[in-house]
Amino acid sequence: MTAEGVETIIAARGLTKSFRVKGGETVHAVRGVDVTVCRGEAFGFLGPNGAGKSTTMRMVACTSPRTGGELTILGRDPDTDGVAIRDRLGVVPQQDNLDEDLTVRENLYIYARYFGYPRAYCRAKAAELVEFAQLTDKAEARVSQLSGGMQRRLTIARALVNDPDVLLLDEPTTGLDPQARHVLWDRLFRLKQSGVTLVLTTHYMDEAEQLCDRLVVMDGGLIAAEGSPAELIAQYSTREVVELRFTPGEQAAAEDAAAALAARVEVLPDRLLLYTDDGDETLAAVTAAGIAPLSALVRRSTLEDVFLRLTGRSLVD
Amino acid sequence: MSRDADMTMFAAAGAAGKAAPTGQGIPERESARTSSYSVVSRPGGGLVGRIIPVRMYAGRSRVMLERSLLTTRTIKWTLISGFFEPLFYLLAMGAGMGSLIGTVEGPTGPVAYAAFIAPGLLATSAMNGAVFDSTTNVFFKLRYAKTYDAMLATSLGPVDVALGEIGWALGRGATYAVTFEIVMLAMGLVHSPWAILAVPAAVLIALGFAAIGMAVCTFLKTLQHLDWVTMSLLPMFLLSTTFFPLSVYPRAAQIVVEAMPLYHGIEMVRALTLGAVDWSMAGHVAYFLAMAVVGVWVTSRRLEKLLLT
Repeated sequence: MTAEGVETIIAARGLTKSFRVKGGETVHAVRGVDVTVCRGEAFGFLGPNGAGKSTTMRMVACTSPRTGGELTILGRDPDTDGVAIRDRLGVVPQQDNLDEDLTVRENLYIYARYFGYPRAYCRAKAAELVEFAQLTDKAEARVSQLSGGMQRRLTIARALVNDPDVLLLDEPTTGLDPQARHVLWDRLFRLKQSGVTLVLTTHYMDEAEQLCDRLVVMDGGLIAAEGSPAELIAQYSTREVVELRFTPGEQAAAEDAAAALAARVEVLPDRLLLYTDDGDETLAAVTAAGIAPLSALVRRSTLEDVFLRLTGRSLVD
Repeated sequence: MSRDADMTMFAAAGAAGKAAPTGQGIPERESARTSSYSVVSRPGGGLVGRIIPVRMYAGRSRVMLERSLLTTRTIKWTLISGFFEPLFYLLAMGAGMGSLIGTVEGPTGPVAYAAFIAPGLLATSAMNGAVFDSTTNVFFKLRYAKTYDAMLATSLGPVDVALGEIGWALGRGATYAVTFEIVMLAMGLVHSPWAILAVPAAVLIALGFAAIGMAVCTFLKTLQHLDWVTMSLLPMFLLSTTFFPLSVYPRAAQIVVEAMPLYHGIEMVRALTLGAVDWSMAGHVAYFLAMAVVGVWVTSRRLEKLLLT
């Protein structure tokens, strides 16, 4: 508990979750996940829809009992100590579930009351978090009068009423415009700086790269890879990528010629991705080989490329 | 530093919690980040807390009532209308039809028709307030607004939610009943000092209906199902000796009516306002206590099943 960066906040070993759906069929949403999250870390679950990210998060949030495996959060077992663990968690669900009957300020106040704090403390906390969410002008407005980005900020602020040790964010910026996303990332980064452990799911690679110290790539209820964004890129991709865009269908004709020029080639419906350590050199070779794409782009590898390599599919369909 | 200190407190409290698993809710927590409040108060669960496991109940259902109070601004007209409905029945049936009917045979002999139906309407108003809140309102929060999902992400448990919502529905039913009894008093329809007990009786009726109403609500899936609730309440209201005594029915029908919860509510209140108290009251009370216990138990289990899966 004293050594820096090694205090374990969340530990999962062989964690599984199965649902029985009507008709007797069993859906295995999480098939055996091992993760360890340490205090102060920003940890991400990256994966496409249906990978088991949200289900894992709900088990960590103690709102969904696990089917099998071991799970310890803040040193406790969610099966027996759910209420005590939730007392120390902040939860931002995928869908905002703010209290539509109440104002912005009342939402924060009553949520703090749910945690059992005295009234005066809750009023002070609500005032503080209205500021944090940058909703001072809207403090007395109903939730339904807020924009999507504002509602999201309020949901995040609401998750902070109990000064949580861990903040769980399920797709925090899905459905927001780029500007609103950047405002949120700024808020989350501040929280991280103040020492809050962040655990988030996302299917946006840029979000994972911006916020996460470490992440796991999930696919089909399993962990496909684990590491820091830089480590994952180094391990599963090359330094640079040459993207060649073609009229859909014509990229196949250039595939064989391109394969000789790069360490690896991915074929997408309208593009060829050439994985290489020197993009400019490869692009020159492409031109020399007589391949004529509609457009060409040299860029650095991202987590999207890691995901493509690991699963053969894109992150966002 | 402060976070580490906090964690130490938490770990220590955790160890203490394991030593005493009967569960006094959540351990009190020194909060270093709440400078002006050295100790955050956490009311323990009391007797209920010792029976129900900690994962289900934090002993804090009263904050649910606080939330409901905050929402009254939004729903004030709905609240007010619930008071007028039985009053209109009393005026139309009691004063209007009552002038044609004259007196009927009550438990203490012939009484004015208005005095006969008024206790029935009082019991009904307690039922309506409780059932409306515990079905329609709870249904919306459960299926559409996801209000309870948000609550159960905090350190509240499903029992806190169930007790809090049932408590609010009960309060609403009881408020209607009290205002209605004041109207009865003003209209000279109260015939016995026992009538003072009609208020706790109305609270008991509201409790029973709120608990069962919410339990039923957890099984409803569509808005159509809500209509079935309304549809089943109307015949019960009309036929449970509200407007005429049990003696008008053949014996077979009497047995059916006697099985209805509202019948027991109406007979209980009528005995009190007309002053015909006997041991049958114990049976009526037991009926509603059973409804309350079964309702709270089923609701808590269902909420856990629906929301914590």
